[in-house]
Amino acid sequence: MIDIVLLAFLVGVAVAIVYMKDLLAVVMLTGIYSLLSASFFVAMDSVDVAFTEAAVGAGISTLLMLVAITMTGRSEHPERHKPLLALAVVIVTGSLLIYGTLDMPYFGSAEAPIHQHVAPRYINDSMQEIGVPNIVTSVLASYRAFDTFGEVVVIFTAGIGVLALLSVVRRTEDSSKIESFNTSMHEQHLILRVVIKMLIPFILLFAFYVQFHGDFGPGGGFQAGVIFASAIFLYAMLFGMNTTRRVINQSVIKFLAAFGVLLYGSVGVVSLLNGKNFFDYSALSSDPVAGQHLGILLIELGVGLTVASVMVIIFFNFVGRRDISQMKEKKDI
Amino acid sequence: MLMGLYNYWVVVVLMMIGFYIVIAHGNLIKKIVGLTIFQTSVFIFYISMSKVDGGTAPILADGINQYSNPLPHVLILTAIVVGIATTAVGLALAVRIKEAYGSIEEDEIQKMDNLDC
Repeated sequence: MIDIVLLAFLVGVAVAIVYMKDLLAVVMLTGIYSLLSASFFVAMDSVDVAFTEAAVGAGISTLLMLVAITMTGRSEHPERHKPLLALAVVIVTGSLLIYGTLDMPYFGSAEAPIHQHVAPRYINDSMQEIGVPNIVTSVLASYRAFDTFGEVVVIFTAGIGVLALLSVVRRTEDSSKIESFNTSMHEQHLILRVVIKMLIPFILLFAFYVQFHGDFGPGGGFQAGVIFASAIFLYAMLFGMNTTRRVINQSVIKFLAAFGVLLYGSVGVVSLLNGKNFFDYSALSSDPVAGQHLGILLIELGVGLTVASVMVIIFFNFVGRRDISQMKEKKDI
Repeated sequence: MLMGLYNYWVVVVLMMIGFYIVIAHGNLIKKIVGLTIFQTSVFIFYISMSKVDGGTAPILADGINQYSNPLPHVLILTAIVVGIATTAVGLALAVRIKEAYGSIEEDEIQKMDNLDC
């Protein structure tokens, strides 16, 4: 029942996004949209996915879009495309897709083909083969480790892409000028600063819990990385970028992003050198299940490092770009 | 049939709303938001398929014998994080276009390009 209501809300929010011309409102609605879909994922039993969507969609992507619209402007021009043609294309495509769903197995049916192929093996045998209660973690980190490796490389590549597009060479006199107008803004929010200063250690602690408890409950490297990064974002938002740059060394962060991918890949190479398949962790220890535990721990650590550092790289480069362009505007005035 | 396919129909509607934003709006940030809606609709599609009636979250525990399918969860979990990383690249491109053209409206950029030739 609750999922039906949530899906109806999602459609409502999506329609509102189409009509909004103010991009700030659009970004806020996108955050709501993500939070609603995260709640829907909980109702669908996919707790790991809901966790990720709540941290990524409602938190980080909203923040990144807000930073982007401070640079690109807030309002959207009235559309001059032909909406009728677009509407016609959309309606035809939509009806074809609806026609396609008529052959789908009904929602929730246990006989659907999707539940017959590999899922029974994961559910019935993963405890003997991997020894980890959270099936999502054992599939993610062991059965489909090669696939996850690809995803981590994509995230790393996206980090490099943002660096290539947005990184600016900053000189020391630049940062002192930026600081002068950053601090004036940050000194005002005393209550926020005190509260968040108290919260940050708990957020970091929670990130570590999610990282290392991912074998037993919902969580893992992806979620932990994002939560860890969000603690750093909170710090940066309240204490200014220059303070944060002093706390977090950019070259260390870049090194960690690459190191996470390297750590992940090396685990696979070690099992290759021991005469087993790529990412077959039973090669890591004399006891296969202990080897699996060690392998999952290592690659989740690699994932967490890469995800957290790439998120921090993306955020720092967006905000750094914004500071420089604001400073140029100030100079022009 | 209505209840059995309701989720999939909502997915199609959301997907088409995202698609409409991408093709009918000229603002690049709005287009990226449209892509996000499109992408989330695919996530909802996968997760809806993984649900089994009477099943619980796929974390093994005593006394439970019906679990939802864990495989789509794994695929979508990684897709969400990859999605934010690629969205960030898209936003970075929009920021650079704004710096180069002074606008992120598709038609204005097109006009400037036409003047250049």
